[in-house]
Amino acid sequence: MTTYALTDSWTMTRRELAHWARQPVQVLVALAFPVMLLMMFGYLVGGGRGVHGDYLGYLVPGMLALTMAFGLEGTMLAVTQDLNKGVIDRFRSMPMANGAVLVGRSAADMLQSALGLAVLTGVGYALGWRAHGGPGAFLAAMGLLLLFRFAMLWIGIHLALVAGKPELVQAVQILVWPVGFLSNAFALPESMPGWLGTVVGWNPMSHTATAVRDLLGGPGGEPGHAWAAIAWPLALLAVFFPLAVRRFARLSR
Amino acid sequence: MADTAITVEGVHKTYGDRTALDGLDLRVARGTVHGVLGPNGAGKTTLVRILATLLRPDAGRIQVAGHDIVTEAQAVRFRIGLLGQHAALDEELGGRQNLEMFGRLYHLGARHARVRAGELLDRFGLGDTGRKPVRAYSGGMRRRLDLAASLITEPEVLFLDEPTTGLDPRGRAEVWSAVRSLVGGGTTVLLTTQYLEEADQLADRISVVDRGRVIADGTADELKADTGGDRIDVVLRHPGQLGAAVALLPVPKEDVSADRDRRLISAPVTDRMAALSGVVRALEEAGIEAEDIALRRPTLDEVFLHLTGRDDRTKEAV
Repeated sequence: MTTYALTDSWTMTRRELAHWARQPVQVLVALAFPVMLLMMFGYLVGGGRGVHGDYLGYLVPGMLALTMAFGLEGTMLAVTQDLNKGVIDRFRSMPMANGAVLVGRSAADMLQSALGLAVLTGVGYALGWRAHGGPGAFLAAMGLLLLFRFAMLWIGIHLALVAGKPELVQAVQILVWPVGFLSNAFALPESMPGWLGTVVGWNPMSHTATAVRDLLGGPGGEPGHAWAAIAWPLALLAVFFPLAVRRFARLSR
Repeated sequence: MADTAITVEGVHKTYGDRTALDGLDLRVARGTVHGVLGPNGAGKTTLVRILATLLRPDAGRIQVAGHDIVTEAQAVRFRIGLLGQHAALDEELGGRQNLEMFGRLYHLGARHARVRAGELLDRFGLGDTGRKPVRAYSGGMRRRLDLAASLITEPEVLFLDEPTTGLDPRGRAEVWSAVRSLVGGGTTVLLTTQYLEEADQLADRISVVDRGRVIADGTADELKADTGGDRIDVVLRHPGQLGAAVALLPVPKEDVSADRDRRLISAPVTDRMAALSGVVRALEEAGIEAEDIALRRPTLDEVFLHLTGRDDRTKEAV
């Protein structure tokens, strides 16, 4: 069966890509949403608390990390929709590799996230944001972001498998906002009340954002966060990946 | 055992405190159509989902196409096709995209999957659907595509879970003729249905299922003979003549059911034509006016009432 793990996963990835081709508007909206947030916070809300100088240099890495975090609900929604459709029964009654459904999902979501990073950095560049630190540092930053996204992806898959209902996706879609904003994406934790700053400092997303700022040479970057930005997603994956895989296998109970 | 396609022994399945299957036994001979007949909630869908490796039984032993469904699930999956109650298709994709995708997942290889998709689309009259997404299909088209998808590998055993529920008469006829043509090819079919007529039309043997167990099985004729065969229904013009009409029928009085509100009397008959002409003549001679007289198969309610001695089907259809 393992010989087919790759081809089956690729078939399932192609299925998602075919969905994109069918619904280009949905894909565009998903890509435009973080761009809209970037514009809002960059120009409408303006000037993060506690950030001195180049706010765009602070905001863009924060938005990149926030976009990765928000990917969680997109994954959860897609998996929930799939589970509530009859087609999942056909997949499960076919001799395809175990887990190819989930692998296809994650490959497509990672692809979309990489595309999202490209669009958002591109728009940032157009607005005058510049990454300092060279291509190696830039790629390392993108790697950290995608690693964080990968952890969010498996949390999303797990939540979808546990909850299973579209109504609960809505709850997560709302909850993802305070969790996403309880980070240093828009403002420095030092500018917040002490306890809040502590919570924000703990948010795994804050570590990713800080490490990315450091790599891209923006304000708010601190060396030494890269390890936390690697360790946190790996720890989350160590918990949620096996949980999700086990949940999926248990659909037959 | 080579002539047995499906063996089910003592299968139990519970969901929480609800028992869906309660020691169900079943044996289906290779190359036959086996009907599983029962009301909603009898355990039919649970049975099909277990046979198709979607659910695990709590207890019992099941072999499909010579392989154990728990320990050799992948081997079973190569040999079965499933047509569930709801279309198991990717609604966003077109018919060809669906079939090619499923073909690749059966490991046919890209080229073979493409050829096979084309064959099946033509065979089920879907060759001209182009890129139209499945969600824009009619109910009958969707069912046909679903059936095509379950036939990609020419399965040894095909499961059909209430294949015509929700279809109009034309869609129903389409599915029936497709099933008949399959059986010619040697496929074993297990079909669940709520309609005695459907089992009658398609199945070589029928198992009647109630509360997770098989309560009767046999050929359609055997079951109908058991339940008193066909029935004659007479609707009278005047409810006052109900009693007189019951006395005229050529069967013992206790076998006749009478419904005063609908002015309807109903009785089992053995010789259809003789019963019909006899009743018409007797009513005429007695001067009892009838609005309608009809011969029909017993309904599932009647089979059930007969087999279980109870009538617990909810009267949702009324």
